[in-house]
Amino acid sequence: MGASEWQIVGFTFGMALLATALIFPFGVVLAWFLARKTWPGKSIVETLVALPLVMPPVATGLILLKVLGRRGPVGEFLYKHLDWDIVFTWRAVVAAMAVMSFPLLVRGSRIAFEAVSPRLEQVATTLGASPLRVFLTITFPLAIRGIVAGSLLAFARALGEFGATILVAGNIPGKTTTLSVSIYSDIQLGHDSDAFRLLAVSVILAFAAVWISEWLFKRRTT
Amino acid sequence: MISQLIKVSACAILAIVTSAATLRAGELQVFAAASLTDALKEIAPAYEDASGNKLQFNFAGSNTLTRQIQEGAPADIFISADEAKMDGLQKAGLVLEDSRRSLLSNTLVVVIGANSTLKLDSPQELTQPAIKRIALADPKGVPAGVYAQQYLETVGLWDALKDRVVPTENVRAALAAVEAGNADAGIVYKTDAGISMQVNIAYEVPADKGPAISCPVAVVKGSRDSAAALAFLKYLQSEAAVTVFKKYGFGIHQ
Repeated sequence: MGASEWQIVGFTFGMALLATALIFPFGVVLAWFLARKTWPGKSIVETLVALPLVMPPVATGLILLKVLGRRGPVGEFLYKHLDWDIVFTWRAVVAAMAVMSFPLLVRGSRIAFEAVSPRLEQVATTLGASPLRVFLTITFPLAIRGIVAGSLLAFARALGEFGATILVAGNIPGKTTTLSVSIYSDIQLGHDSDAFRLLAVSVILAFAAVWISEWLFKRRTT
Repeated sequence: MISQLIKVSACAILAIVTSAATLRAGELQVFAAASLTDALKEIAPAYEDASGNKLQFNFAGSNTLTRQIQEGAPADIFISADEAKMDGLQKAGLVLEDSRRSLLSNTLVVVIGANSTLKLDSPQELTQPAIKRIALADPKGVPAGVYAQQYLETVGLWDALKDRVVPTENVRAALAAVEAGNADAGIVYKTDAGISMQVNIAYEVPADKGPAISCPVAVVKGSRDSAAALAFLKYLQSEAAVTVFKKYGFGIHQ
């Protein structure tokens, strides 16, 4: 592998890590609310969160492009006030990855929270712990393996993101080209051996992420 | 129950596959460069009425089409945006050499968004800081991008501008990036700029600075109906077709 290929692998890894870190707090809190509380509109939020998982990625990408583009509602605001360009920059890569992997984080974390016995929380509450303290000292530590497993799945999904990424971030060498986009464009341009090298890398990365995630799930249930 | 289900779905799949395989006779698969989309779509109905043959188009970057033909896609006719892609297929023995013609020529233009306030009349002005991103078809292989890079090299600005280049999948995607305001400027064919209301032509690349742009056409070897394919090639050189090409701004090779 040459320098540019290592750059692609490192960039994709870094962006996926950043995307996962960005969605982590929101995903975990939302998962807790979904697992433990009932509130009006809950089923709508549940459905909305799951959408990127089932919608064509390229359709999600189109929505992001319209929202984040310089003439989109969010993109225009950021461009005018912060001089931030989103579309065709690394920020778009992170945005696409974050949106596409959010459902996996929420699902994994929610299952983990649901597996924590509410009685333990009740005991802590009767002993005088505040709700925040119960969450931080009982619920979160007991659910942590499942949450990490969900995060790993989300991370793996982010690593492989293609459909939304190519629309909002494009394929700018050294700036927005990710592993998947590079494999695609290598094939389009007839550079098959480059594509195969990157293919091997993505198989290894995905295998590692899923394997660790499975291992964590199993340890939690036994 | 399960085995019945499997049988039923197997039959359904078989039916779909066979119906797709036995394409109607007289249907021509035309693989054409993205830049030809509008002109060919306008030419198609008249040809279909006159010949009774149906046209099926596949528009994409010429490099993508070349790949598809190499992998055995069922193309009857290939219209490339540059001679190099056609040369590659000819060398691989995938097109009928005798059928090959250089059909059209084109010009590059620099475009900006319709409500852009940029002042841009010369290549040097492309380097102004207000132009952060320039959309081109991918110069690594898509003809429009290859031409655009050649042009920027000719005027000695490629090294200064290459970090601002946003490579796109084909020339129409470069146009779309400028239309949406996500790129400040773009280099596309004159014929693409002409179809869009949302971009303005900043300036046209003069013939002596720009590369010679030539779109060849040929019948693909393995065409199920090469006689009909040849007839369509002939039609593309007819008065009726040439009028349409000229209307969109193409030059005609004599």
